[in-house]
Amino acid sequence: MLLSKKDPLIVAGREFHSRLIIGTGKFKDYVENAAALEAAGGEMVTVAIRRVNLDQPDAPLLTDSIDPKKTTYLPNTAGCFTGEDAVRTLRLARELGGWNLVKLEVLSNVHLYPDMEETLASLKLLVADGFDVMVYCTDDPVYCQKLQDAGAAAVMPLAAPIGSGLGLLNPTNIRLVREAVTVPVIVDAGLGTASEAAAAMELGVDGIIANTAIAGAQDPIRMARAFKHAVIAGREAFLAGRITPKQYAVPSSPITGLIK
Amino acid sequence: MHLLINGKGHDDLPNELSVAGLISHLELPERKIAVELNREVVPKSAYAETALTNHDVLEIIHFIGGG
Repeated sequence: MLLSKKDPLIVAGREFHSRLIIGTGKFKDYVENAAALEAAGGEMVTVAIRRVNLDQPDAPLLTDSIDPKKTTYLPNTAGCFTGEDAVRTLRLARELGGWNLVKLEVLSNVHLYPDMEETLASLKLLVADGFDVMVYCTDDPVYCQKLQDAGAAAVMPLAAPIGSGLGLLNPTNIRLVREAVTVPVIVDAGLGTASEAAAAMELGVDGIIANTAIAGAQDPIRMARAFKHAVIAGREAFLAGRITPKQYAVPSSPITGLIK
Repeated sequence: MHLLINGKGHDDLPNELSVAGLISHLELPERKIAVELNREVVPKSAYAETALTNHDVLEIIHFIGGG
């Protein structure tokens, strides 16, 4: 952990030592969710904002299992299809939580793919309203630059469609996004297993968000731990600098001094 | 008084009611919810002084699990 202390993830001036953000959807219950968060070593969770069920005022609460004083809540705008809806939702989240770091996601009806025109418009409204906005987006480096120019605190391109588990489908674009912006790049959505998180980190991205890959695993706690190690391994490998691939064999042992 | 809360009509409410009064009437945990009245966020500090009127539209939300 000493290593990661020297290499913090900084988002909108906030410093984090874990580069793995986990979701809080689809877990069996909030207790399992909290155990997965601990196994992941996570400091940030994404959360949704929904109507209170007035018929069940004593239902279990996320905040009872995951303490928002110890873990940074990243309220999302899942389910919002327009900028106006996203701003309305996050204003409520800000009043509820008392913080302004949020995850913007404005999706389309096309396989939950981000609607980038609406996303950019929403981002501008939120920035003007004082929010620090981490933006779920496509892996288009040009659009990511536009998000940065509009004040995004981080850009969060998808690895694959939400919840699909298809993995890192376009590593070239993720690398181009990394090179196109200076704000943190966090790969969000579509990962299926730990090695894919490591591969994304090796491209130089700053962090990973995983939800379904962990919550949907046979053993979510163990998968959370696997993602933790994968993200650390990928980051370390990126910082270490990989060798240049060669087309032919190069011996690792000396070719002189052989016994005859 | 009639209020539309989270998309459902409520007719059995007292005639004089503040946001704070409504929260306690519905037995909701005040610190764990946020309230929007006619599409404007009601600051927590204003719950007691914000009076509700007939046919107001409210959204009462909280954090739940999400990705």
